[in-house]
Amino acid sequence: MEHEHIELTHRDDFGAKLGMWLFLATELLLFAVLFTLYFVFRGLYLSYFHEGQKELQPVIGLINSIVLFVGGLTSILAIAAVRRNNKSHLILFLLITILSGFLFLIIKAYEYSLKIQHGLFFNMEHFNTLANGLKVFFSLYFVMTGIHAIHVLIGVTIFLFILYFALKNNYNSENFIQVEIAGLYWCLVDLIWMYLFPLLYLVK
Amino acid sequence: MLSKLLSHEPRPGILGWLFSTDHKRIALLYLWTIMFFFILGGVFALLVRTELFLPGKTIFDSDTYNRIFTLHGTTMVFLVIVPLIPAVLGNYFIPLMIGARDVAFPKLNLLSYWVYLIGAIVVLSSLVFGAIETGWTFYTPYSIRTGGGVLLALLGVFILGFSSILTGLNFVVTIHRLRAPGLSWGKLPLFVWALYATSLMNIIATPVIGITLLLLILERLFGIGFFDPTKGGDPILFQHFFWFYSHPVVYIMILPGMGIISEIISVHSRKKIFGYWAMAIAIFSIAFIGFIVWAHHMFVSGMSDVARWVFSFLTFFVAVPTGVKVFNWVATLYGGSIRLRTPMLYALLFIFLFTVGGLTGLWLATIATDVYLHDTYFVVAHFHYTMVGGAIAAFFGGLYHWFPKITGRMYSEFWGRIGVILGFLGFNITFFSQFILGIQGMPRRYWDYLPEFTLLNQISTIGSYVLAIGIFISFLTLLIAWKRGQKAGDNPWNAATLEWQTTSPPPYYNFKEIPHVEHGPYEFEVLKKGG
Amino acid sequence: MLWLISLFPKVTSSYGKEVDNLFWIIFWIAIFFFLLIQILMIYFVIRYRNRKENEVSNIEGNTFLEIVWTVIPTIILIVIFFYGVYVFDNFQRRPPANAMEIKVIGHQWWWEFQYPNGYTIRDTLIVPVNKPIKLIMTSQDVIHSFFVRNFRIKEDLVPGRYTWTWFKVEEPGIYDIQCAEYCGSKHSLMIGYVKAIDIKDFENWIASVSREMDLSSLSPIERGKRIVQLKGCTSCHSVDGTALVGPTFKELYNHEVVVIEGGKEKKIIADENYLRESILNPNAKIVKGFQGIMPSYQGQLNEDDILAIIEYIKSLK
Ligand code: HEA
Ligand code: HEA
Ligand code: HEC
Ligand code: CUA
Ligand SMILES: [Cu+2]
Repeated sequence: MEHEHIELTHRDDFGAKLGMWLFLATELLLFAVLFTLYFVFRGLYLSYFHEGQKELQPVIGLINSIVLFVGGLTSILAIAAVRRNNKSHLILFLLITILSGFLFLIIKAYEYSLKIQHGLFFNMEHFNTLANGLKVFFSLYFVMTGIHAIHVLIGVTIFLFILYFALKNNYNSENFIQVEIAGLYWCLVDLIWMYLFPLLYLVK
Repeated sequence: MLSKLLSHEPRPGILGWLFSTDHKRIALLYLWTIMFFFILGGVFALLVRTELFLPGKTIFDSDTYNRIFTLHGTTMVFLVIVPLIPAVLGNYFIPLMIGARDVAFPKLNLLSYWVYLIGAIVVLSSLVFGAIETGWTFYTPYSIRTGGGVLLALLGVFILGFSSILTGLNFVVTIHRLRAPGLSWGKLPLFVWALYATSLMNIIATPVIGITLLLLILERLFGIGFFDPTKGGDPILFQHFFWFYSHPVVYIMILPGMGIISEIISVHSRKKIFGYWAMAIAIFSIAFIGFIVWAHHMFVSGMSDVARWVFSFLTFFVAVPTGVKVFNWVATLYGGSIRLRTPMLYALLFIFLFTVGGLTGLWLATIATDVYLHDTYFVVAHFHYTMVGGAIAAFFGGLYHWFPKITGRMYSEFWGRIGVILGFLGFNITFFSQFILGIQGMPRRYWDYLPEFTLLNQISTIGSYVLAIGIFISFLTLLIAWKRGQKAGDNPWNAATLEWQTTSPPPYYNFKEIPHVEHGPYEFEVLKKGG
Repeated sequence: MLWLISLFPKVTSSYGKEVDNLFWIIFWIAIFFFLLIQILMIYFVIRYRNRKENEVSNIEGNTFLEIVWTVIPTIILIVIFFYGVYVFDNFQRRPPANAMEIKVIGHQWWWEFQYPNGYTIRDTLIVPVNKPIKLIMTSQDVIHSFFVRNFRIKEDLVPGRYTWTWFKVEEPGIYDIQCAEYCGSKHSLMIGYVKAIDIKDFENWIASVSREMDLSSLSPIERGKRIVQLKGCTSCHSVDGTALVGPTFKELYNHEVVVIEGGKEKKIIADENYLRESILNPNAKIVKGFQGIMPSYQGQLNEDDILAIIEYIKSLK
């Protein structure tokens, strides 16, 4: 074997970001399928969709929107902070983002528990007696928000890692691509909620 | 821990292979794994053909038959042909062809392999739970009602999707960021262009099948009913989503194959590819149009008439860029210096078989004839001509073409040719008779058939054995050469692309010095002058 | 060996002939391009095989040729498309207004045909020749596909929605219906027949079944017997003691039956209530040793009919 040192890979922040954008594209397509389902069934069962919407609490949804949005804002502020080499701010903003994610999930869980108490979850006795249109509506509600919530969970996990590395002083104004990528991911999660929320809770 | 296990430098032993982030080792891991599944899928195919030797029961009952053909289709599509060329030859040669030392994300590359392996094992573990018997298309509501291992198969295919996406993403970034200095887009080998387009298609199409299968899994687990008419769902919607992925997938299968054919034809006729830019543009036109024709699989599903027209119309346009490619290959032969080595024979065989497969697509794209031919053996013959005569033949051609580079050894030209010829004969006997069966009206996925179809089925079955022997010889030739072949030298074909400018097999770092590229991929006269 | 030359199965519908024409037109276009490519390829290979490297011509491409082989195929393809739509739209999607409507219901794994007068028949569709027939189709369970090769028609039967197709047979005879959409275990055995008979015979036949269906004058037992035949019960239930797909009706009434209800085995006596429930809601109690595949007759039989059937079963001692 050769013993001279040959550099195999080199750092490529632009490449990493390009990779992330492509990944985000796949995520968007995934949700595109769910949105397609939503519009197809909305066309078919419009009046049931209105009826189903009455069971949802827009206020909870609104609170959750704000929570998520704050998290998105701080994730961007975190990038700004690391650019300025401001470690304490970086950690603060990362913490807020993580907390907002958790808060979102807790509120979501509370909301789900309300629905489940009303027997609106798949295969529950009350659910099975509903008209097909309502079944489809609540199925969509759980599937869409559920898959979104899983994404929030993944986001929180990513940010926990970022926080850990930030505490270990891995980032500085020269090297913060991971923070940026995590921020991109959070923005996607935000963006999707920005569409989910009005479609499920508000649109008449 | 993990970072200690992972290594780019070659390390001995099985762990050294399983945890190597070297794209060449990963490619070889894929090669062995996929070849294993290919033979498995081939054995399923031979079982299918054997059962069809006689109407009614030949060797097993209808339930077993349904499982076997489903396993055959599922294995061949999701485990074999979708990853085959990108993961093996793409992985091995993209970095080499663009003068890079590895792909952009070597660890992600290894992860893709692992995800692939897990997905494949999950798919096949459904065998233990009564296997799957839905057909590879998983049409609802049948796939919701039926028992067995459907859940595992769906989960496995879902997991495999991540592997496709990660590999695709890796290749796109690699091709964008790691081209050697001087290697402008206009100097990229067509194989790299083809894989670039394929990777983009994978990125766009795979999430759709992923979420669709996930919904189907939820449907089976929790009884939600997006695709179940008794619960207010719509089974036709499932078909739309399924084909939104599975039509582009046929071009995901064939485009890399077309890339290989361009390389082989140019190198073995010592001539620049005819119409380089037309070829590159055609690749992207096929990729693009491929996304808007999916519902031609659903002409009899009860779609609205307008939808039928629109999708029929769009489908025809795929044939235009595909034709451009075929014509340009033939034009490349003109005035060249043609060497009929094994890879070149595969390329010529490809042009023959793929043209048959593609042209028969025209009857299927035409509504009135498709209504008759849909779900008959005509369709089965069409897709074997395109997939086996196209993609698989291209893969074998590529494997023979690059074998000296991968192993540093030369195969036996004599046995290589025998393999091609037997395969060609066997293939045509097997599948041409199926065109006639289809025209006579024998539906596919039939365990039992009308007595008048017997003779043609028997011809087809015998042909499949000949085909299997041909494939077997092709494999054996390479295996023996791997152990005993003569030294091949670094550039036995005198090719101009970068992968031939390093040693055979290449060192783990590919190039000692990153080359500076001054000429295009098919400029053989530069070589002549240079040495 | 003749069938190898006459590739297609005999065509016996008006529409089918158009399809065959279209097929051959595409055939000749495809053959032209196929031969063009293969002949050139083989010629070049022979002509330029193993030439010296310095004889290789240095052509990079030719824009004019690229345009030619883009534009000409495009035009040809568009022509094929329009001809395809013309055949399909004109001859397949515009059923004549006087077409007789027959309902087709797909089951795993048999065909049910309902005539306009309510008469139901299983697996064999009897139609008059030279009269347009429009089929309104749906499925009870999974997707099936109605395919008669001699008529060159095919259309899926999709649960939860109606699809349709139509045909006009031009020659009396018996033609195979093959199920063309994979539907499980017996997909390849889901064969039915279209029996095309002379219009006179058909009218006689319809008149006779209509008479049979007018049951008001019969005794309850006789009526029950007729209904059981008309509704197709006898294809699953025998009256002579043999078990078919379902248990026999013989010696059923007032005898002990072992059934499975909610997963538990039970012994019950087959009284009127049980029989009634078995007809209207057959899956409530499944007879041991059989599968719950009997369709419900809720809404298809009125109380009178059910009473008559029960009387008939009672009579089968
Ligand atoms: C590698 C895979 C591959 C490829 C490349 C293709 C290529 C094409 N396919 Fe095929 N197809 C499949 C794999 C593939 N297919 C599979 C797997 C199925 C069945 C899935 C299932 O149901 O299980 C299927 C099914 C299928 C159907 C549905 C049939 C049915 O179920 O009823 C249709 C319908 O339109 C179709 C059409 C076409 C067309 C128009 C092309 C075109 O791209 C072909 C273009 C090429 C040419 C036309 C030849 C070269 C061109 C010229 C020489 C130019 C000059 C030509 C003219 C002017 C005529 N295919
Ligand atoms: C890449 C895809 C691919 C490939 C390569 C093949 C390869 C073959 N297929 Fe496949 N086929 C499909 C994809 C593919 N098929 C799909 C998608 C379907 C539809 C499934 C569905 O309806 O759901 C299908 C369906 C299908 C049917 C229709 C079944 C039905 O509708 O009822 C038939 C019938 O003849 C068939 C036959 C064959 C044959 C004979 C081969 C041959 O090419 C196989 C050749 C043989 C081998 C590859 C084995 C060779 C090796 C050895 C013998 C060596 C063994 C020795 C050692 C162990 C060292 N296939
Ligand atoms: C597709 C086949 C099929 C058809 C058609 C069918 N049945 Fe059945 N039937 C079954 C099967 C299978 C069972 C046993 C399983 C069960 O109890 O559901 C059964 C059970 C029964 C029983 C209970 C028998 C016992 O032994 O306890 C009665 C009564 C009955 N059917 C009446 C009818 C009548 C009346 C009709 C027509 C109007 C009819 N069936 C049509 C398949 C069929
Ligand atoms: Cu019914 Cu196939
Ligand atoms: Cu397609």
